[in-house]
Amino acid sequence: MIRSALRWLLSSVALLFVVTALTFVLVSLAPGDAARAILSSQSSTYTQEQYAAMRHALGIDQPLPVQYGHWLNDLVHGSLGTDLFSGQSVAETLRDRIGPSLSIILGTVVLSGLVGTWLGVVSARRGGLPGRIVDVVSLVGFAVPNFWLALLLVELLAIRLAWFPTGGYVPLTQDPAGWLRAIVLPVVTLSAAGVAFVAKQTRDAMSEALSAEYVTMLRARGLPERAIVYKHALRNAAIPVVTLLGLLLISLLSGAVVIESFFSVPGLGAQAVEASGTHNLPVITGVAFCFTVVVVVANLLVDLSYRWLNPRVRAR
Amino acid sequence: MTIVPLPTTEPADATPAAAADPRLPAAGRRRRTWRPRTWRRRWLGLLAGAYLLVLTVACVGASWWAPADPEFQDLAHPLAGPSSAHWLGTDRLGRDVLSRLLYGGQVTLIAVVEAVTVFAVLGITFGVLAGYFGGWLDRSVGWVADLLLALPGIIVLLMVLSVFPGNSTATMIVLGVISCPLLLRVTRGLTSSVRREPYVQAARLSGLGSAQVMRRHVLPRLVGPIIVQLSLFAATAVLVQAALSFLGLARPESEGPSWGNMVGAAAEVTSEAPWLAVPTGGILALTVLALGLFGDALRDARVDRIQPAFAPRRRRVTRPADPTPPSADTGLLSVSGLTVAFDLPRGRATAVRDVSFEVAAGEIVGIVGESGSGKTVTARSLLGLLPPTGQVVAGSAVFDGTELTGLGERELARVRGGRIALVSQEPLSGLDPVFRVGSQLAEVVRRHQRVGRAAARARAVELLRTVQIAEPERVARLYPYALSGGMAQRVSIALALAGDPALLIADEPTTALDVTVQAEILALLRELRDRRGMAIVFVTHDWGVLADVCDRALVMYAGEIVEQAAVEDLYRSPRHPYTRSLLAANPHRAAVADTLPTIPGSVPSPAEWAVGCRFRPRCDLAADECAAGPIPLVPVGAGHRARCIRHEQVVDR
Repeated sequence: MIRSALRWLLSSVALLFVVTALTFVLVSLAPGDAARAILSSQSSTYTQEQYAAMRHALGIDQPLPVQYGHWLNDLVHGSLGTDLFSGQSVAETLRDRIGPSLSIILGTVVLSGLVGTWLGVVSARRGGLPGRIVDVVSLVGFAVPNFWLALLLVELLAIRLAWFPTGGYVPLTQDPAGWLRAIVLPVVTLSAAGVAFVAKQTRDAMSEALSAEYVTMLRARGLPERAIVYKHALRNAAIPVVTLLGLLLISLLSGAVVIESFFSVPGLGAQAVEASGTHNLPVITGVAFCFTVVVVVANLLVDLSYRWLNPRVRAR
Repeated sequence: MTIVPLPTTEPADATPAAAADPRLPAAGRRRRTWRPRTWRRRWLGLLAGAYLLVLTVACVGASWWAPADPEFQDLAHPLAGPSSAHWLGTDRLGRDVLSRLLYGGQVTLIAVVEAVTVFAVLGITFGVLAGYFGGWLDRSVGWVADLLLALPGIIVLLMVLSVFPGNSTATMIVLGVISCPLLLRVTRGLTSSVRREPYVQAARLSGLGSAQVMRRHVLPRLVGPIIVQLSLFAATAVLVQAALSFLGLARPESEGPSWGNMVGAAAEVTSEAPWLAVPTGGILALTVLALGLFGDALRDARVDRIQPAFAPRRRRVTRPADPTPPSADTGLLSVSGLTVAFDLPRGRATAVRDVSFEVAAGEIVGIVGESGSGKTVTARSLLGLLPPTGQVVAGSAVFDGTELTGLGERELARVRGGRIALVSQEPLSGLDPVFRVGSQLAEVVRRHQRVGRAAARARAVELLRTVQIAEPERVARLYPYALSGGMAQRVSIALALAGDPALLIADEPTTALDVTVQAEILALLRELRDRRGMAIVFVTHDWGVLADVCDRALVMYAGEIVEQAAVEDLYRSPRHPYTRSLLAANPHRAAVADTLPTIPGSVPSPAEWAVGCRFRPRCDLAADECAAGPIPLVPVGAGHRARCIRHEQVVDR
């Protein structure tokens, strides 16, 4: 137990280092730099002295490892550097944006998990028509670009029928009903791929579990079908599916970036897209850091549930 | 957008399809099953491949066959619907949508080529090297791969884009790098399994260099799976490129058309021109779909798909035309004319024909025969536990006044475990791996007796004690993986006893165990019979075991009973040539240093079953009349029947 905890800690720290160090390497490769970007956003001309002064003020005249050391030092003190344009700390900029992102991502995980598992179990048991429906759903969910799906859903449900707002976000603490209405379309859009993924994986895992010898033996002992499917087979099928949920979450993070931009949800992803357009690297680094933390936590949860589900691993 | 392509299941290594039908006639099991579903998938795959080919040609040659200049603005006709002049309509500046799609496809194509090349080169190189050489190289490659997979892909791409604004090539190269672990895992696994194969090891021992081994043995085996992965990753690349272009971060509209920025442009005018969203998003969805289908079809072409386990199949039992009325004087179980068939792709195959026997209370009846003789199918059909393709097509099995054939799942569930229990050949795989022994026992106890949780727990421990497990409390807390084979078989006997059954079907219960454990389990079964008066149907291929525990036995050959008698009579005076040869081939009887006598030939598969005697091709007494017609099972002595018209000669030899 201690060994695996240590291993998790080690790989998590490594991941955080790699992601953040990667940003710094990329910055050094960039043709222009932040100083130039800020100066040219303030006025069309600037002197060499102004440029040097700005570089010094931003700390980017120092060697890369030193800059990275500073950034890490900032991190320890709870800051993620300074937003190049607003001048406030990146942590400040990002703080309010975590809520919307988490709402959408967790909403999608819950919806895809429930609907996908249900579809997968039904199709594994029945074959035939339900099986074909899952086939089609997973193909469509895989193939339809989420921004296009968002476009169609907004046109139909937000503009024509006006059931949901076309975008924006309302904090849960402010107005729970408004929050729900605001996240429905982003969550449904993102869930298309999630449901497809979970349904397919569940179906494969369930088919395998249901054709295992122990299932025949459970039947031979007269256990009711419901217990065999939902207690025994599903519990076994969950083991491979759970390990893939980590991958699903990582791909949801990517999807969320596009979908937040589309629905103008003030989340981390939309912020990253905006920052990418303005070369605001400290902000992107900050978002990368936040996302990596989400991935690290998700991996931990996946690992823990894998252990909890699989007695063999638990014993180790 | 799916940055991480959905991992695909590779059923190549594990083939649970064979496990699903344990005793399908050999012919049915080996043959590849081409079901309609597979055909449809192949067609879809071909169609997808054709679409991709046409699309590629159309986009590459856009400058030749595009109907208009993609930038030409027909300002008189903005946002027009499809017409003969503009097949797919025009956008808000009156530009021809079809032409823009064709030119935009070039952007997608280039992006796909860039990303897939990087993905393939890295994934194959490092996967093969790691799988081939193993050791520290494997570990470090695996570590880096895990790290890459955990990266939030799109953020990395956004960072790349903020450093190289609008640079699609840089994004695609990075996408290839961060996704390559998906391919790497596949190639690594396959390489290391190929490398361990005996013929490859032999080639290495004979001095073939690593490079040659890789080229001759490893790479050819990888081609199929690699193409599957490439096609799925190409789909991801299409989506990623389109999404970034949609957001205006790569290939914005000012640089010319791309599928992504065309959807973006359509998004701005959906209310006025909803049509515009159809061809732009549609071509993206179609292309990704085609790549997915293409990959799926390629995979299917390599391996049979996992058969879905249609769990409780509808029971389609055709009652025998002339059902034998259950007579009161027969014993506990009375089987008559039982016939079981499997629906195979080539038609219906009869695996067991016209099997009749009786089991009295407290009696142990053996069913003996070679693999494929139909003994397991006979035993399992009594409990309605045939694989999905199998069914009882005729005959009856009356157990304690209840007709078993044709019972629905619900009625069967009442019989199973409570009145008739099953112990299987592989005790370990017969236990659910994720529940403790005690809880599995308690669950079955509660199914058959109205007791509370605590009482069920206590009964579980008591059952473990009944099957002579030392420290039953401790074993109850174990998970199946912690049990030895012998222990697991005791546990599964305990599970079978939980419902206090009148009949136990023991399907080769000792085959997987070593000899000493085998003797203990046999002693246990005999003791259970003596103490509880429980009847046992004992399926085995081992004559020693048969002699040890059974009172009477049925000898099966090619789906038929060829002889039935008390065990002693069978041993002393077999009346069927097959029984006699089997006894001669029995290692328990052969003298030391003797060559073990064998029966020439092999058990015929159902397709080869003759109308007459099925043993005739292997029989040294065979005569012409043996092939003339079905041979009846005739009485040859007290309680002794044989299916042989020359049974008198058998005695003489």
